[in-house]
Amino acid sequence: MSMLPAPSLSNKELVNDDVDLMSETTPTTSPVAAGNRQSGSDSPAIAEPPREKLTKKAITADLPTWCPGCGDFAVLAAFYKVIEKRQLEHEKIVTLAGIGCSSRFPYFVNGHGAHYIHGRAVPLASGISLARPDLHVFLFGGDGDGFSIGGNHLDHGARKNINMTYFIMDNFVYGLTKKQTSPTSPIGFKQDRPHGRNRSAGESDEKIDRRRGDLHRAHSRRKVNHMISDRARVRSSGLQRHRMLERMRDFPRRVRSGQSEEGRQLRSIQEKKWDNTPEDELRHDVTDELAAHKLASLPFPGVFGVFYETDRPSKNALEKKWIETTREKTGGASDLELLKKTFDRMK
Amino acid sequence: MNETPVVTKGDGATAAATSTPVSERADLRPENIRDAVIRLAGNSQDGIQTAGAFLARLAGRSDHDVMTYMTIPATISGGPSIFQVRIGSGEVLSAGDEADFLVAFYQHSYQDHLDFLREGGVLLYDSDNVEPNLDDKRFVYVGVPITGLTVEALGGTAKDKGKNIFVLGLIAKIFNLDDDKLKKLISEKFAGKDQSIVNTALMAFQAGYAYPVGNVLTKHYRFEHFPKTSGRAQITMDGNQALAYGLIAAGVRYGAGYPITPWSSIMETLRRELPKYGGIFVQAEDELGAVSLALGFSYSGYLAVTGSAGPGISLKAEAIGWASMAEIPLIVCNIQRGGPSTGLPTNVEQSDLHQAIFGSHGDSPRVVLAAASVEDCFYIAIEAARIARKYSTPVFILSDTSLATRIEAFDEPDLSKLMVDPKPDLTPREGGFKPYDLERITQHIPPGTRILDGKYPLIGGLEHDEMGHPTGSPKLHMAMTAKRRNKLRKLAEEIPVPEVFGDQEGDTLLVGWGSTYGPIHDAVKMGREHGEKIGAIHLRHVHPLPNGLEKIFANFERVVTVEMNDQGLYGFGQLATILRARYCEPKIQSVTKTDGLTFRVKEILQGVFPGKFVSVRGYSPNRPVSGNGEQDVDVARAESIEQGVG
Ligand SMILES: Cc1ncc(C[n+]2csc(CCOP(=O)(O)OP(=O)(O)O)c2C)c(N)n1
Ligand code: SF4
Ligand SMILES: [Mg+2]
Repeated sequence: MSMLPAPSLSNKELVNDDVDLMSETTPTTSPVAAGNRQSGSDSPAIAEPPREKLTKKAITADLPTWCPGCGDFAVLAAFYKVIEKRQLEHEKIVTLAGIGCSSRFPYFVNGHGAHYIHGRAVPLASGISLARPDLHVFLFGGDGDGFSIGGNHLDHGARKNINMTYFIMDNFVYGLTKKQTSPTSPIGFKQDRPHGRNRSAGESDEKIDRRRGDLHRAHSRRKVNHMISDRARVRSSGLQRHRMLERMRDFPRRVRSGQSEEGRQLRSIQEKKWDNTPEDELRHDVTDELAAHKLASLPFPGVFGVFYETDRPSKNALEKKWIETTREKTGGASDLELLKKTFDRMK
Repeated sequence: MNETPVVTKGDGATAAATSTPVSERADLRPENIRDAVIRLAGNSQDGIQTAGAFLARLAGRSDHDVMTYMTIPATISGGPSIFQVRIGSGEVLSAGDEADFLVAFYQHSYQDHLDFLREGGVLLYDSDNVEPNLDDKRFVYVGVPITGLTVEALGGTAKDKGKNIFVLGLIAKIFNLDDDKLKKLISEKFAGKDQSIVNTALMAFQAGYAYPVGNVLTKHYRFEHFPKTSGRAQITMDGNQALAYGLIAAGVRYGAGYPITPWSSIMETLRRELPKYGGIFVQAEDELGAVSLALGFSYSGYLAVTGSAGPGISLKAEAIGWASMAEIPLIVCNIQRGGPSTGLPTNVEQSDLHQAIFGSHGDSPRVVLAAASVEDCFYIAIEAARIARKYSTPVFILSDTSLATRIEAFDEPDLSKLMVDPKPDLTPREGGFKPYDLERITQHIPPGTRILDGKYPLIGGLEHDEMGHPTGSPKLHMAMTAKRRNKLRKLAEEIPVPEVFGDQEGDTLLVGWGSTYGPIHDAVKMGREHGEKIGAIHLRHVHPLPNGLEKIFANFERVVTVEMNDQGLYGFGQLATILRARYCEPKIQSVTKTDGLTFRVKEILQGVFPGKFVSVRGYSPNRPVSGNGEQDVDVARAESIEQGVG
């Protein structure tokens, strides 16, 4: 994106352009529609009935096909709650996914959505997010989808900081294809079949740097409530990455105990309150990249909560700004006038 | 109109293949010409592209027809390169088999390109760098110390930069070109830069223009003037620009790509232009990301474009299959180059036709269009967008290196009639909406559209029922496969049957697609002049094919496709293979070649009529029509390969 204007504007100014999911939705038109065209349509208008409250029932679709006890259920339940709580306009909700057990997610949500190909859903979601700032883009996928085949897209989606909320359901395994190792499988992990290479746990654990999206980590059993709470920042400025650690129903024993899931207390990240108390000294500053790195490299299963959060301008905001500056220069000429003018220069 | 691709001089003499004794050339006189091929040969850093582009734009402004041809070296830092301009007072279809006028900046330019100078043609050479063999009496020699005079005219600091513009001045004098218009073009081109750059360029031009070329050449040429009848102004641009602006006219406001030759300039144009129209073009992390972004744009309601050359299209294949399955509109440009793999990055080939038609797993129907000329690049984009929207399908636009880089002048399109409004339709829908209704052609409904019964469509790549739910039902897979295929059969019904050019019946029907349009049409003209019963059709819609071709085929003894690809294992070019499968006609054959260069007119005729049309120098005529039993391997001409590198 060498042609992107240097972000000379203050981040704040740019980020304010973004829609905040926390607040009531402000219908925004796309940059194109907001250009020189009249809104409205040729199709006969249908009288819009008044809106009813958006309930869990309204956004529930097919019965999930996951194995009983699969960690994905908890994420789905939490998502329903997020939607109920936020009361978004139903038609503005878009759920997207790649391929995997977890990526079946959109089928279980009644809303506009698409089930895409393995690993490429981040750029798909990016296109939707960039063209349609009025939509709320939710993306779902697994560790294989997000960290392996789609690793490059995750890096660049986060670097570009494109508005979307991405839930990565990390079960340390390729679930759908029957338990091959994934980039997050711990050392010693043995697949049922076929045998494959072992990877060190945490090898591709949260690598956090300023170029990546915000990161929140939850456990499907205990900590998904983070997703619902305000502190989880389910909003649409920049790329929000939520990694949900979860277990497969019949996860091999060794690994399961390695996760120390049962019995042991899972630790939460205590975020700084900025209250000038001595306790606050010890709390985590979510804007501190180094501290976030340290937390992320704690041995498995680590800690849960918000690791890192930045206010970098989103690509959505930068592109919007660029369009506005460019259109200012053209004096708001119509599309026809613009193209005619270009052709005049080629005579 | 000029009827032959060779230069017809005002006195009616056909210049090709006639060796004029030098003694007779001593009294050169002013001469009206209809058409001239000028080849500039030098190194790319000499700015010969710039000089050539000035000539092309001047021709466009003067109502002449013009076509250019260039080779680009694969390296950034330069290397031998050529720019060829053909200017004509009639319809110019191909860039010319031979040059009338060769400008050689270096000894290697002279050596590599002399074979392309017709007998009796003029060699204009930089006498500071080139020592031609003056004993070869076939040519007229005009030596000018170009380097020295340029340095002299511009002063020491500029060194020999400006040679290109100096030569432009020389050419302007020799061809009696409108020097005021040229100076205006030069000023426009460098406007916005330092005024001293404009002045330097004008000084170089003036020095060339004022050179007493009459001392060495006592003839100057004058293009006959035929006012254009269309009444529309001419615009001059290359094929990639035409394609990019065609997409804008077609209401495409979003796109994504990744750099690759020769697609990149479309990406760069759109990245610069789309924000003016309120749109966005993203340079993605790779081609998989690019096609996915474009599908995201399309899904969101704005028909989008992605593109690449062969290597990148290979990466996009899985996602394009998804677009077929999910029935999402998308435009995919493939600006073809030589393949496979990295292949010949800066040469031309038409070897991605099968990839475009079949390149995904499963039965994944899509539409494939091919642009015939620079002008057609503009209109094909509009047609692609129309089809993509109407049939909710991925549409390929095939272009290639030669169309991408060559400059042509054409009538300014009637934009007020053509511009398409990009706005998505988000009108609320009644309930009962089925995204994959078996009774009708799928129309994608973008998110943000309220559906009043509260049942929202989920689209996807798993086989689905009418509501988009995944299904493994054999019955539904059959029904949905048929649905996706039948909509393209429906499209075939509305595609116009191409007009037959030349003889409407007879011995040979040439069938072309893509950038071979010009040479094929010139070949038909030349063939008919020599008594052959020959006609041609050109396919813009390659997949699906228009209905009714069989009626045209029935009027000819044989049907020969002309393609820049390999004859393959079974002896037929890629289009011929499709046509043979479609029509089961043994009389369908092909002339193919893989030398990375555009077809020359006589190459086509020699391929179609083995043993005839052998008069072009430097060309081996032993290229049989493939598929007639002779499974001869196409041997690229050694000479062409050299030229390709140059
Ligand atoms: C291009 C491609 N390669 C491989 C596959 C096969 N495949 C489907 S899902 C999957 C892995 C899924 O793992 P993950 O993303 O962790 O999801 P989970 O099932 O564990 O939720 C693979 C390899 C595919 N669908 N597409
Ligand atoms: S295979 Fe594993 S990831 Fe897939 S549904 Fe079953 S428990 Fe969940
Ligand atoms: Mg997984």
